[in-house]
Amino acid sequence: MKRLIVYILEIIILFVLQSSAFHYFQLANIMPNLLLILVVSTAYMRGRMSGMLIGFFSGILVDLMFGSYIIGLYALLYLLIGFLMGFTNRVYSNDDYTLPIVFIGISDLLYGFFYYVFEFLLRGRLNFLYYLRRMILPEIIYTIAVSVLLYKLLHVINNRLERKPEEEV
Amino acid sequence: MRRRTKFNINPKHVLIALVIFCIGLIFFSFRFGDKLSPVKEAVGTVVTPMQVGINSIGTYISDKLDTFKSINELLAENDKLKEQVSILTYENKLLLQDKYELDGLRELYALDQKYLDYPKVAARVISKDPNNWYNIFTIDKGSRDGLQKDMNVLAGNGLAGIITEVHYNYSVVRSIIDDNSSVSGMFLKTSDTCNVEGDLQLMDDGKIRVALINKDAQVQDGDEIVTSHISSKFLQGILIGYVSDIKLDASNMTKTAYLTPVVDFERLEEVLIITELKEPLVE
Repeated sequence: MKRLIVYILEIIILFVLQSSAFHYFQLANIMPNLLLILVVSTAYMRGRMSGMLIGFFSGILVDLMFGSYIIGLYALLYLLIGFLMGFTNRVYSNDDYTLPIVFIGISDLLYGFFYYVFEFLLRGRLNFLYYLRRMILPEIIYTIAVSVLLYKLLHVINNRLERKPEEEV
Repeated sequence: MRRRTKFNINPKHVLIALVIFCIGLIFFSFRFGDKLSPVKEAVGTVVTPMQVGINSIGTYISDKLDTFKSINELLAENDKLKEQVSILTYENKLLLQDKYELDGLRELYALDQKYLDYPKVAARVISKDPNNWYNIFTIDKGSRDGLQKDMNVLAGNGLAGIITEVHYNYSVVRSIIDDNSSVSGMFLKTSDTCNVEGDLQLMDDGKIRVALINKDAQVQDGDEIVTSHISSKFLQGILIGYVSDIKLDASNMTKTAYLTPVVDFERLEEVLIITELKEPLVE
């Protein structure tokens, strides 16, 4: 129950931060993909099920606030990324801080690529290299930089939540 | 792991169920987009106040930082501005005299002031699309303040965008530099019409594309483009920007050019909304 509340708070706080209009986090017009960091780190720490659900709900939130026509696209993307990254839970180690960041980078690449395919390629914008250079790569770099800190924070929160019930037993 | 044994649901089944749900949702929203707007509304009503809050915190901090930085600059600027004020007051007097003369002449010609007097409402930009691909932003006024879909949004003295969604306490605006945007424009000087289309690739240079200019149009770099009389959603005569780089298309039928918008989209904080809709064409 406590875990559920914490997850909901995490999703909402990161979403509000990511979408807020004050641009001090922005470098060269690019925002880090905070929700993706949340999804991937949860999947890495907790497994497929949690990653999938967190992905689904943060995606739905983005869809409902910003999807203009199509609702469900972000949800599907985040959901699949959460599920796929859930497999990395098998190599989870409590004090490894590099591996999850690599995973976050890979997922952001996937996310950017599929986003380009769905929203731009289907409208006939073929210049993939431009979008890769201008949008996808900077976003990955910035997301990775932010995730170094954010992952630590999420990790601490997760450890807190894990420890509590065991002590009671 | 502990949890999974308790519930004993295979994650794969949940995945399949959710994927089907998502795909269903995509199709559903594609076909009947309007049916979902109450849900959107409910979510927005909860989230918007938080965005407003976090924005005011951010603005407060930046204001404080700016204050420290620029006190000296401001003092110097203040002196310069005072000087300028005195010059301008003098010029203003001269202009006022001209204006009286102009008013008189206008009355003679019985010209009505077509686009100066639209009723406007000010609003604050509270959030932008969390993706980096689009240029959609949210403002803190909604149906509560009498806004409606398709109202034009101005910033400074130029066209910034159009309202695409209205909710109780917020609305969504699509800016004219957005990749999906297309505005019917017109050269102020020659009344030649054209199409102003946003393009992600040109956004970096702060430009948008102008297409479908008649090849015989007598236009030059630096001409003003305003919204045209044939646009179905944009009111006539709002300044969009200035053209440059006019080129003849390969088809030899039309010309294409670039346009520099008058609105600074990097720093969009406050916007004006014209609370008057373009009257639909009635048959």
